[in-house]
Amino acid sequence: MASTAIPVNQAPTPKLNYLNNGHSLKSWLLTTDHKRIALLYLISVSAFFFLGGFFAMLIRLELLTPEGDLLQADTYNKVFTMHGIVMVFFFLIPVVPAILGNFLVPLMIGAKDLAFPRINLLSWYLYVGAGILFLHCMLNGGVDTGWTFYTPYSTSSNTNVVEAGLAIFIAGFSSIFTGLNFIVTIHRMRAPGLTWDRLPLFIWSNYATSVVMILGTPVIAITMVLVVAERLLHLGIFDPALGGDPVLFQHLFWFYSHPAVYIMILPSMGVISELVACFSRKRVFGYKFVAMSSVAIAVFGFLVWAHHLFVAGISLYAAMVFSFLSFVVGVPSAVKVFNWTATLYKGSVSFATPMLYAFGFIGLFTIGGLTGLILATIGIDVHVTDTYFVVAHFHYVMVGGVLMGYLGGLHFWWPKISGRMYPEGWAKLSALFVFVGFNLTFFPQFILGYVGMPRRYWQYPPEFQVLNVLSTAGASVLAVGYLLPMIYLLWSLRYGPIAEANPWGAAGLEWQTSSPPPTFNFDETPVVTWEAYNYEDIPAPKELEAPVAR
Amino acid sequence: MKTSRRPRNWRLPLHDSHATTGSVTTMEHEAHNPALVHQFSEVQQQKNAASLGMWLFLATEIMFFGGMFCAYLIYRINYFNAFAAGSQQLNVWMGGINTAVLIVSSVTVVLAVKAAEAGKRQLLVGYLVVTILLGLTFLVIKGFEYKEKFEKHHVPGATFHFTEKFDDNGKQIPVNAKQAELFFSLYFVMTGMHALHMIIGCGLFTGLAILAWKGHYTSSYFTPIENGGLYWHLVDIIWIYLFPLLYLISRHS
Amino acid sequence: MSKYLPLWPDQASTMAGQVDALYIYLLLVSGIMTALIFIGVAVLAIKYRRVPGREAHPIEGSLILEIGWTVIPFFVMLTFFVWGAVLFFEERTPPVNATEVYVVAKQWMWKIEHMEGQREINELHVPTGENVKLIMTSQDVIHSFFIPAFRIKQDVLPGRYTTLWFKATKPGTYHLFCAEYCGTNHSGMGGDIVVMEPQDYAQWMAGGPALPLQDTGRALFAQLGCATCHRSDAQGRGPSLVGVYNNQVQLEDGRTVTADENYVRESILDPSAKIVNGFKPVMPAFQGIVSDEQLNALVAYVKSLSEPPTGTAGLQDQPAPSPAQPQKAQVQ
Repeated sequence: MASTAIPVNQAPTPKLNYLNNGHSLKSWLLTTDHKRIALLYLISVSAFFFLGGFFAMLIRLELLTPEGDLLQADTYNKVFTMHGIVMVFFFLIPVVPAILGNFLVPLMIGAKDLAFPRINLLSWYLYVGAGILFLHCMLNGGVDTGWTFYTPYSTSSNTNVVEAGLAIFIAGFSSIFTGLNFIVTIHRMRAPGLTWDRLPLFIWSNYATSVVMILGTPVIAITMVLVVAERLLHLGIFDPALGGDPVLFQHLFWFYSHPAVYIMILPSMGVISELVACFSRKRVFGYKFVAMSSVAIAVFGFLVWAHHLFVAGISLYAAMVFSFLSFVVGVPSAVKVFNWTATLYKGSVSFATPMLYAFGFIGLFTIGGLTGLILATIGIDVHVTDTYFVVAHFHYVMVGGVLMGYLGGLHFWWPKISGRMYPEGWAKLSALFVFVGFNLTFFPQFILGYVGMPRRYWQYPPEFQVLNVLSTAGASVLAVGYLLPMIYLLWSLRYGPIAEANPWGAAGLEWQTSSPPPTFNFDETPVVTWEAYNYEDIPAPKELEAPVAR
Repeated sequence: MKTSRRPRNWRLPLHDSHATTGSVTTMEHEAHNPALVHQFSEVQQQKNAASLGMWLFLATEIMFFGGMFCAYLIYRINYFNAFAAGSQQLNVWMGGINTAVLIVSSVTVVLAVKAAEAGKRQLLVGYLVVTILLGLTFLVIKGFEYKEKFEKHHVPGATFHFTEKFDDNGKQIPVNAKQAELFFSLYFVMTGMHALHMIIGCGLFTGLAILAWKGHYTSSYFTPIENGGLYWHLVDIIWIYLFPLLYLISRHS
Repeated sequence: MSKYLPLWPDQASTMAGQVDALYIYLLLVSGIMTALIFIGVAVLAIKYRRVPGREAHPIEGSLILEIGWTVIPFFVMLTFFVWGAVLFFEERTPPVNATEVYVVAKQWMWKIEHMEGQREINELHVPTGENVKLIMTSQDVIHSFFIPAFRIKQDVLPGRYTTLWFKATKPGTYHLFCAEYCGTNHSGMGGDIVVMEPQDYAQWMAGGPALPLQDTGRALFAQLGCATCHRSDAQGRGPSLVGVYNNQVQLEDGRTVTADENYVRESILDPSAKIVNGFKPVMPAFQGIVSDEQLNALVAYVKSLSEPPTGTAGLQDQPAPSPAQPQKAQVQ
């Protein structure tokens, strides 16, 4: 392969590609090009991430001291609620599918675009509309029910529940349309020769995710509609004083919200498969099993929701059934971790930033997943549910899992998306900050949970302070780790070395077109005659790290 | 490249500008069907994609209504007497006529699709219009039903007042008014959501009828008619479940 | 444990040790698994790091390994499940003849009433070595009764009773937390569980006038007119309540239900929900007329009618004893 970098001042006039094909605002805001829509999502999702992160900083600052002395109790309750809503609905659910998925799915299968490009744009506008409605809700007093909206508190709270509920409803449809687009695209638009057993694992993951999106999201939609209707029309569906059942709300809510966490993790797992394969220079060990495990997680993910209700008042026998099923759903995730580890065996492993994030994912997701098993053990769950143990568990899988996978993918495909390489030194440093900061923030929370500190506490007994201070210290380090990439990725757009078509020497159709790709992705529709991850046929580039501009 | 005769009722262009990638695109080698959009290579692929997309959307609608059906099922089991009393207060005649109206409208939808397939423009428009009229009939009758509920003080909220009993084969069983109010809450939410989908359906079909009248659909391209028809059928099927569940609890005489 | 860096909660109940044992087992297995993965990844990544001249060796997979690392973890998980389920069964099955205490949660306090009549706010005194069963309800939103030192927790719901039991083992004062977010002062809705030696507890119990809960209930039963229809001689318009609690009741729609606390509570608040076979549905509903505390007293009274009689069991002939605290039949 040719050398990897062309210094900026010697770059030839760039070819026409999706980025420079039209510069007007209208050409961006009315685009139907999946790659441009992916960038629109990148901007809006990142904005919400930093908003959610700001709320997280407020929480951690308040929790430095046992007394509630930074914020008032009501304000604190609103802050953790909005941290949850923003992070769950406006960051974690769309981050990998709407950014990396939108960009890569057509490229990876050799298609010119998604099946329904205009619906793709509609998805983005629904997301933005929902976001604006939620911002309006926040500026109008916010909402303080917790992102889980348990009734009867949410039907009686005097905060802005209706607007928040409607914002979630609209964001849900953004999600549904993205999933619908992916399923039809993957079924109907694969390039000739690209059979299901030759698909990249990122595609398998997004396919499974999309099935969960379209079947699960409508249930949260109707649940929020019912809560809004109950507030506005004084119906009594969930209010015991009016004959309703508050536990019914919990069942309906978690019927979506549990599969939702699989919507979050599955695409990130798909990224990890791509990274581990490329940076070991071999196909993922047990490809078929990894592909099938995505499907298994999607299916079983729908059967475990009531493990969020073990102490909520469900019957003993129901609890046992859901506990058993929750263990079953852990098996396919474990299978993936083992297969990724086995892929390293007899590989040719290199340590570029994306691979560092992949290693981070494997380690932290393992811890997060195992603590999930601890929570599934009902005898223990009685003690640790509704405490910081749960908070630590889900942050390990969401932040240590989803977010690290996303960052790894963002770095890996950055040259494809932007045509530039990011600065490797800074990127590795940020990855280190993220890993250390993350563990310092959330590991103490496992201990806090077991010794008994409940969740959503504005003030706490003094003996919990040291662990809380450790956690806040970690959060500051973590914040640096997230701010740095924003800075250097933006910097690289102008000053980063220009990337060639396949700087990593990676397998996959997206690398067979230019960086950045042309508007219609490929000059000619590829015809696939090779298996996935055919690394034995792809020579490794000389340097497998982002080169420094000379 | 694209002629203005291409059936497009959405002004958004499907690509950013008229720039090319600098080499011949595969698309220009295909036999150029004016209905074919750029991301597909064949018309059949496009039709299959549209069809699959529509079925997936219907699946989401079923999950959406499913949540309400679930809530209804649980409360009906637990509060059977009150739900039966509430059901007996619904106007089964209006509900029954509405059921017949919707079933007939599904027939007209099928006939519209067949007319489109045969390329018969006027017949297509005619059936579409009849379908819309039947849909509006449904909504009007529903309006009268709601009005009746309002007059009998069966609308949940401040005006709700329920003293009627559950007629169990002659035995008059008094029921808990709060539980009866729950029945009516679910009744209004479920039929209201259904009516909203009917309104959307009528709007959709109005758009289709206008485009059909303008000649946008030919025997080789009528996918929107098919997909619109699928949507209408789904809304119809949801009513077919709603009607017995809500109106026909314990109706013996 | 250090006062400033608590790494493990106190063990103060019979369940605590058992829960900790299972937790340690889970931590060990998780630790081993984590170490295996961390070490595995590190060793493989370093051993097979990229060196010039050595190519990667493509490997499809291995069915044996796949089956192995699917089945073995699953069986390990089964041990978690079974042990956890057995523990849960014990946690959720209060022993018979446990001492009962009624708990009413409200935003933002815990109101506790012992059977002997003692009332406490945000504090619960219990003796060591005695099974205690809490019968809990909420006046407004969902709360959760959490005692870390006992390793127990149960959501407290409006509109019904939920129960929780424990046997305290170690005297001391332990945290009580609300563990289900309930609004502004959720984090302030805590309290103390005071565990005392039996003799100290008896002393505490004896200090201060109090009317046993079931006597409060008996007084209410007469005052509200329940005795008019629910006569012990079964001649009234309503069924006799003697011996009803915890036995089967046949309903007029054919179902048979067990008359537990929730049944008694529902029958007072909404009699038309379940009508006893052979009786007319004429009982008025008391929803909104009796408070949660009054309901607890009535339920305690009905339960006492199923116990072996310690005194006269007559209902309507019993004069209402002068109560220590006058009870008015209105919502408090």
